[in-house]
Amino acid sequence: MSFKRKDLVGLKDLSAEEILFILGTAEKFKEIGKRDVKKVPTLKGRTVVNLFFEPSTRTRTSFEIAGKRLSADTINFSSSSSSTSKGETLIDTVKNIESMNTDVFVVRHAFSGSVKFIAENTCARVVNAGDGTNEHPTQALLDLLTIKEHKKDFANLNVAIIGDITHSRVARSNIWAMQKLGMNIKLFGPKTMMPAHPEPFGCKICSSIEEALENTDVVMMLRIQMERQSKTLLPSVKEYSRLYGLNAEKMKLAKKDALIMHPGPINRGVELASNAADSAQSVILEQVENGVAVRMAVLYLLGIKTEVK
Amino acid sequence: MDLLLKNGKVINHDSEKDTDILIKNGKISGVSSNIKADNDIEVIDCKGNYILPGLIDMHVHFRDPGLEYKEDIISGSDAAAAGGITTCFPMANTKPVNDNDSVTSYMVEKAREYGKIDLFPVGSITKKMKGEELAEMGEMKKAGALAFSDDGLPVLSSEIMRRALEYASGIGAFIISHSEDISLAGSGVINEGKVSTITGLKGIPAEAEEIMISRDILLSKLTGAHIHIAHVSTKGSVDLIRRAKDQGLNVTCEAAPHHFTFTEEELLNYDTNYKMNPPLRTKEDVICIKEALKDGTIDIIATDHAPHHPDEKFVEFDNAPNGVIGLQTLIPLTLKLVNEGIIDIKQFVKLTSYMPSVISGLDDRGEIKEGKIADITVIDPEKTYLYDKNINKSKAENSPLLGSGLQGMALYTIKNGRIVYES
Repeated sequence: MSFKRKDLVGLKDLSAEEILFILGTAEKFKEIGKRDVKKVPTLKGRTVVNLFFEPSTRTRTSFEIAGKRLSADTINFSSSSSSTSKGETLIDTVKNIESMNTDVFVVRHAFSGSVKFIAENTCARVVNAGDGTNEHPTQALLDLLTIKEHKKDFANLNVAIIGDITHSRVARSNIWAMQKLGMNIKLFGPKTMMPAHPEPFGCKICSSIEEALENTDVVMMLRIQMERQSKTLLPSVKEYSRLYGLNAEKMKLAKKDALIMHPGPINRGVELASNAADSAQSVILEQVENGVAVRMAVLYLLGIKTEVK
Repeated sequence: MDLLLKNGKVINHDSEKDTDILIKNGKISGVSSNIKADNDIEVIDCKGNYILPGLIDMHVHFRDPGLEYKEDIISGSDAAAAGGITTCFPMANTKPVNDNDSVTSYMVEKAREYGKIDLFPVGSITKKMKGEELAEMGEMKKAGALAFSDDGLPVLSSEIMRRALEYASGIGAFIISHSEDISLAGSGVINEGKVSTITGLKGIPAEAEEIMISRDILLSKLTGAHIHIAHVSTKGSVDLIRRAKDQGLNVTCEAAPHHFTFTEEELLNYDTNYKMNPPLRTKEDVICIKEALKDGTIDIIATDHAPHHPDEKFVEFDNAPNGVIGLQTLIPLTLKLVNEGIIDIKQFVKLTSYMPSVISGLDDRGEIKEGKIADITVIDPEKTYLYDKNINKSKAENSPLLGSGLQGMALYTIKNGRIVYES
């Protein structure tokens, strides 16, 4: 098969075949990162603009490295919170940069649905690098690639996603994708961080971290946005770490070969104790490495077909 | 010119009969069979059509003064007339706020000069709608306001709301409440439910509306004053109001057509034309709203016509303003309830004309009866058409229905005996 979409807005709309196809492509690209000269001419002459309306260092850097390894001209555009700080609308900003013959936009934005809105209003190809609390598809794809490398097969794997489910775009993208791949998902977090209506997720909702961890193949800890939400959602970080955080002791409830994952950056001692984060079961840095390969694959699959406008 | 409407089906809230209507000097002078036409009278054949008392929309936003680029009293009047509406209550969130009699008079006069509809501006409850001090309700009442509301903004202080109710009732007016606990609604942009889970758009729980309705009902009980709850959207709200009415409290309420037509499912595509406050709710809520329209728990249908410039809606969902235009879709959407068998055509009249006249004390209209002013809407219930830019008379285009096929439209709108719209 081939990837026929103009954009990668989310995994909710992708089929299992499309997800596996991207992962397969990423596996091939991973090798490039291990070479002395980590560069191929695949996207030479293409322009990729990282359009970041929300601060990000690691995702932006990962996309930038991915673009550069494919020889694309990668440009970073950052705007404090939204494009309207100077009165320009979002689409006007996009149209302006598109006019400089941009081939691909990699977009991060604070509002859910905004990347879809951009994708519908530009001829350039668009990759969602995180929109509000909606989706972060490349993060989920790199999670899946990491799981695949360790577990070979996705079907019937038990995954626990723990933390702030409601406000997590990482959780959403993973939930949509993992279900298509036949994985069993358990969700756990403080009630304040669980959706009031979790039914559409179709996941098991756990009432304790022990229940979430038991017999689990993959433990995915989510980052607590201490700077944003903690005031009304949590009494204290200390309490969170005790009730909802993961450490080596609790990890014994999971399967012996269970993986510990985290989208980063970690709040050490909050959602993850160091004895879990740095343990042999932790694949957090592999996730980061796989991020580049996944983003190379996505840019390649979208960016190489610029004639489809 | 006097008018004779012949061969139509005349519908009142309590009757339905084939009869003629004679209009002289702006008033209904005769309602009976086989009225003979004088030589100098214009005769309209209404065969196959409904003749209704002119529709009264108790909740609109005309954006005039101050935001005329969205809508003004002229374009708003045009859209109302084209929607069969002859009387409108424009809300107070203009710029400046309608919190004094100069603004009220300006609105009344501008509409009167244009002559297509009557405006009874809703004055603000509090100065500048800040929720802190009572506005000059008495002065505004003299200038033409019958009701007061900080619509769009709830009056958060229970003390202020209590005093507003007391004061308004003392001058023969009533309060329209935009019931919303904004601390619970937070930064929500759609209903909190399955769709907010799927889309990642922040949800507003139904309870944000219901908590405030509970308070407002209790304040009505405390003061004995009439409170009218605007745009009821949830099953819980309907239950609360039904209970209040059972207790004999002085509470009335309205529902907007979009709240009995659409559900939150429409938001799956992030279309800002469906962004409104209160937000579109669940299928269960819609069923309950329809049931309450049928049994009279919901007294009236009001459009909450909320025009915005296309540029304002063409933005990220979170940044888009709330609201949808509705003057010209009131008839087809309400008629759909009739065609579905939810309500009958007499209830249509009751919800869109008779009860609004009763609630607001406008006893010169709301019925087709000798002596009433000749505000009349002739509807072709079978007419199907494309609701497009040529038909839309509003300056704004923020309706998800624009570009869709609709059934039922006003053929003639007659205001004070004069044809102000003819399709």
